[in-house]
Amino acid sequence: MHELAIAQSLLKIVEQEALPFRGARVTRIKLRIGKLSAVVPDALRFAFEVISQGGIAEGASLEIEEVPLRLRCHQCKEVFVVEGPFLICPHCEGLDVEMVSGRELEIKSMEIEDGN
Amino acid sequence: MEIKVIKNILEANEVIASQNKRLFEDKGVYVVNLMGSPGAGKTTLLEKTVKHLIDKKRIAVIEGDIATSRDAEKIAAHGVPTLQINTGGACHLDGNMVRGGLKEFNFENIDLLFVENVGNLVCPAEFRIGEDDKVMIISATEGDDKPLKYPLMFQVSSLLLLNKVDLLPYIDFDLERFRNDAIRVNPRLEILTISCRTGEGLDNWYRWLEEKINRKRD
Repeated sequence: MHELAIAQSLLKIVEQEALPFRGARVTRIKLRIGKLSAVVPDALRFAFEVISQGGIAEGASLEIEEVPLRLRCHQCKEVFVVEGPFLICPHCEGLDVEMVSGRELEIKSMEIEDGN
Repeated sequence: MEIKVIKNILEANEVIASQNKRLFEDKGVYVVNLMGSPGAGKTTLLEKTVKHLIDKKRIAVIEGDIATSRDAEKIAAHGVPTLQINTGGACHLDGNMVRGGLKEFNFENIDLLFVENVGNLVCPAEFRIGEDDKVMIISATEGDDKPLKYPLMFQVSSLLLLNKVDLLPYIDFDLERFRNDAIRVNPRLEILTISCRTGEGLDNWYRWLEEKINRKRD
């Protein structure tokens, strides 16, 4: 449900970044979203579609890359990709782990088309 | 043409949350972001806590709700400065909403600010407001499978309060399984079992809270 708030933040960043390119249209936006973030991609797409209407990013597609959950185990001194949601070392089953990735909510890049 | 951006989408909120946090640091105010489902017992816990601590600590409360000022009225009746924030539909509080309310308080005279978030087990977890700790309250009647279904909220919380444990004899709630799952979802999570109705376990919660407040004031 908070996808609307996330879409609004995203649109603000997109509009700001597109500011130097007068008359341009944003056609595609690449995002990185961590596996453990509580974002539903379809809900985010829908929210973005609605709020971007009439603006420079109207009709832009959201390309979402899911970032895997990676844990560094301090015992094994190794980084593992795990399914989650448990934060346990898959090797030694220890709890002395640190999340390396998996909570991302990032915009990576955007594709713009010249308006001229 | 592709433009590299590489930004946290919630950067704007992070910036405001950090500003709020700096203000709280300056004034030595300990801030709790209280999260949980509708009906978990957030407001009841707050009422109990305010009643218990009011002679020892200077408390202020922000109540976040989609609509109505019922909760704020309940809390204000105990004689502490209380502000209601209606999100007007939004399912969570964010840094900016909280910032908007801060001018209503004189933080020179406050030790503890409670922020009761909107009742919801998902969305509030993604938005920092400038808090010291996120505290999650969940009632036993919600079921023992919640750490697996809503891991993010368990992951971002420092303390988990399992409420309504007086009902455990009457429901199928596997406390052992719940604890194990919660700890495996967040190995740093502290867990306390309480009943706001009978008062069971609340002393542990008060002690936890007072320690945090005292540490912040030092």
